[in-house]
Amino acid sequence: MSRRVRVTDTTLRDGSHPMRHRYLPEQVEAIVRGLDGGGVPVIEVSHGDGLGGSSLQYGMSATSELELIERARRVAQRARIAVLLLPGVGTRRDLAAAVEHGAQAVRIATHCTEADISEQHFAVAAELGLDAIGFLMMAHMLAPDVLAEQAALMASYGASCVYIVDSAGAMVPDDVRRRVEAILPRVPAVGFHAHNNLGLAIGNTVAAVETGAAQIDGCLRGLGAGAGNAATELLAAVLDRMDVESGLDVFSLSDAAEHVVKPVMPFQPFPDRESLTIGYAGVYSTFLLHAKRHGKRLGIDPREILIELGRRRAVAGQEDWIVDVALELASAATQR
Amino acid sequence: MREQVKVAVLGTGNIGTDLLFKLRRRPSLEVAMFAGVDPASTGIARATALCVPTSTDGIDAILADDEIVVVFDASSAKAHRRHAPLLEDAGKLTVDLTPAAIGPLVVPAVNLDEHLDAPNVNLITCGGQATVPIVRALHEVAPLRYAEMVSTISSASAGPGTRQNIDEFTYTTARALERVGGAAHGKAIIILNPADPPILMANTVMAIPESPDVDEEAIRDAVNRMVAGVADYVPGYRLKAPVSLDEQETPWGRMPVIIVLLQVEGAGEFLPKYAGNLDIMTSAAARVGELMALGAARHEAAS
Repeated sequence: MSRRVRVTDTTLRDGSHPMRHRYLPEQVEAIVRGLDGGGVPVIEVSHGDGLGGSSLQYGMSATSELELIERARRVAQRARIAVLLLPGVGTRRDLAAAVEHGAQAVRIATHCTEADISEQHFAVAAELGLDAIGFLMMAHMLAPDVLAEQAALMASYGASCVYIVDSAGAMVPDDVRRRVEAILPRVPAVGFHAHNNLGLAIGNTVAAVETGAAQIDGCLRGLGAGAGNAATELLAAVLDRMDVESGLDVFSLSDAAEHVVKPVMPFQPFPDRESLTIGYAGVYSTFLLHAKRHGKRLGIDPREILIELGRRRAVAGQEDWIVDVALELASAATQR
Repeated sequence: MREQVKVAVLGTGNIGTDLLFKLRRRPSLEVAMFAGVDPASTGIARATALCVPTSTDGIDAILADDEIVVVFDASSAKAHRRHAPLLEDAGKLTVDLTPAAIGPLVVPAVNLDEHLDAPNVNLITCGGQATVPIVRALHEVAPLRYAEMVSTISSASAGPGTRQNIDEFTYTTARALERVGGAAHGKAIIILNPADPPILMANTVMAIPESPDVDEEAIRDAVNRMVAGVADYVPGYRLKAPVSLDEQETPWGRMPVIIVLLQVEGAGEFLPKYAGNLDIMTSAAARVGELMALGAARHEAAS
C-alpha cells in the first residue's frame, strides 16, 4: 500500500534569506505558478523570519510581505498559501493582516524549548479559521523525549501537525528517526524541515518519511538559508521512487527550478565551508549571510564567529549576537 | 529625621517580592502593606519574616489604609485595569509594573519629571526600560526615522505572564520607542534563550537617523551619558560594546545604522543575577515611586 505525504514548498519564505528579503511581486507570481502547476499543495510566503520579520535585525523587505502574500494567493489555483509566524517577532495583528491578504494556513514557530509562548497565537489562528501547524526550531538541541513534551504542548494548543525543524542542518538520519518516533504518539501528525548544511537534507527527509512523518518541506533548487533546504524537485523524484504519493510532478517542478528560480537566485546554496560550519557547530542557518557580512566588515573569519555562536548556544533570531561576537573577536584581534 | 512616606506593594510574585527588597533599602519609604490574593504565596512568607505587614485581601487591604500614599501594582494587566480606578478614587499615586499601560509611559532617566503629578504611571516593559533611554539619547543628537530593539532574556527568567502575553511586550515596547524615545517608527522583538547557565539580559538598539550624516562622537557621548543616567538607578546596566555604525538596505535606500549593545545584570539580592529583565523593572519602579512619594510629601507640607 502506498503512503501519502504533504509537501510544503518554502522557496518564498526560507528562500527569502538568500534573496536578502528582496523578492519582487513578479518573481513571486512566477514561482507560485510553477509550484502550483507542479502539484505542490501548500506554498509558504513570508519574510524569511516570518510575519513582521522585516527589520534591521534580519533585513528589511524590499516589498511588503502582505503584497507578496496577496499576489501569491491570486495566482495559485490549487495550492493553499501558508505564512510563518515567530511569536516575539510577529504578532497576532500581523497574522490577521496576512489572512486579510489571503493566507490560509499558518506555521507557528518557537525555539524547541519554548512552545508555551505560542498558545495565544494558536488560539487566534483558530479564531481566524486557519490550519495551524507547530514548528519547533533548532530541534537538534533537545533530546527526543523532551522535544516530545514540547510537541505535545503545541498539539494541546490546537496544532494539526508539529514539525521537527532542523534549523541548523545539524542532524544525521538517526537523530531524525529518534525524534520522529518520540513525537509520533503525542501529536496528530509529525512534520520535518531539513537544511542541507551537512549535505543531508534529502537523506534526513527520507529518514523522516520512512519513520512516519506526514508533512515535509522543500524549496526549488533548495533555495533557503545556510546550504539551503531539501530541493522540492528532488523530493518529487525521490518520493516517487519510494512509492510515496505526494501529488508532485517531477518534470514541471524541475522546469520551474531551472527556468524560474535559477535565474533569480543570487547564488546556489551549497555546503561550502561556512554552511558546513553552521551544521557542524549547530547554529541557526540564517546566520550565514550575516556572519559573512560582519566578518568581512570587521576582518574576521566567519567560521570563527559561527563556532563562538554555537558555543554560546545562540537560538533562532539572535542575529544581534553576531554583531556582538564579531566586535569581541575584532577587539581581541587588535589587542593581540 | 524626616518622616517616612508609606507605600504598598500589590502582587506578591517574583516582581513584587524583589521590589519589596529594594523598597526596604530606601530610607524615605516605609512599606506599610504587602498584599496579594494567594495565601500560599512564598512572597507573603518572606515579607512576614521581614516584619512587613501582609494581607491576602488584595487591593482592599491597601484601600483600607488612608496613610498609604504610593502603591506599586505588580499583579497583572487584567487585575490592574480593575485596580487603577479604585486607587485613583482613593487618592493614591500608582506605579504600574504590569503591561496594562493605563497611565503615561515612564522611563525615570527620560521623562519622569513630566509625569510626577500623574495619578498613575506605567513602566512599559523590561525591554522598554532598557532601550527607550538609548533611543531618546540618539534621537536628541540625530533625529531618528526608525528605531528597533531586540531583547534577549533567559528562559528561566520569563514567567507565565510574559509567556502568555508576548505580543503585549511587542506592542507596548514599540509604542514607547516612538512616544517616549522620539523615533518616527518603532519596532520591538523579544527572544527567549534557554542556555544553561542562564544568559544575562541582553538588549540591542538599532536605529536609522533621518540624515545620513551622523556625528559619531556626539552619538557616543550622548549614549555614554544616558547609560550612566540609567545605571544610577539600575547598577547592573551597561554597554556591552562601544557604539558601532553599520549600513543597510532600507525602504529609504542604503542608510547608516547605529548599533548599541547593552546588558543588564540583576542585583542578585532576591532574584538571580541573570534576571536583569526583572531587576530593571523593580529598580525603575523604586526610583519612580520614591520621587512620587517625596513630591507628595512636599506637596503635603506646603499646603
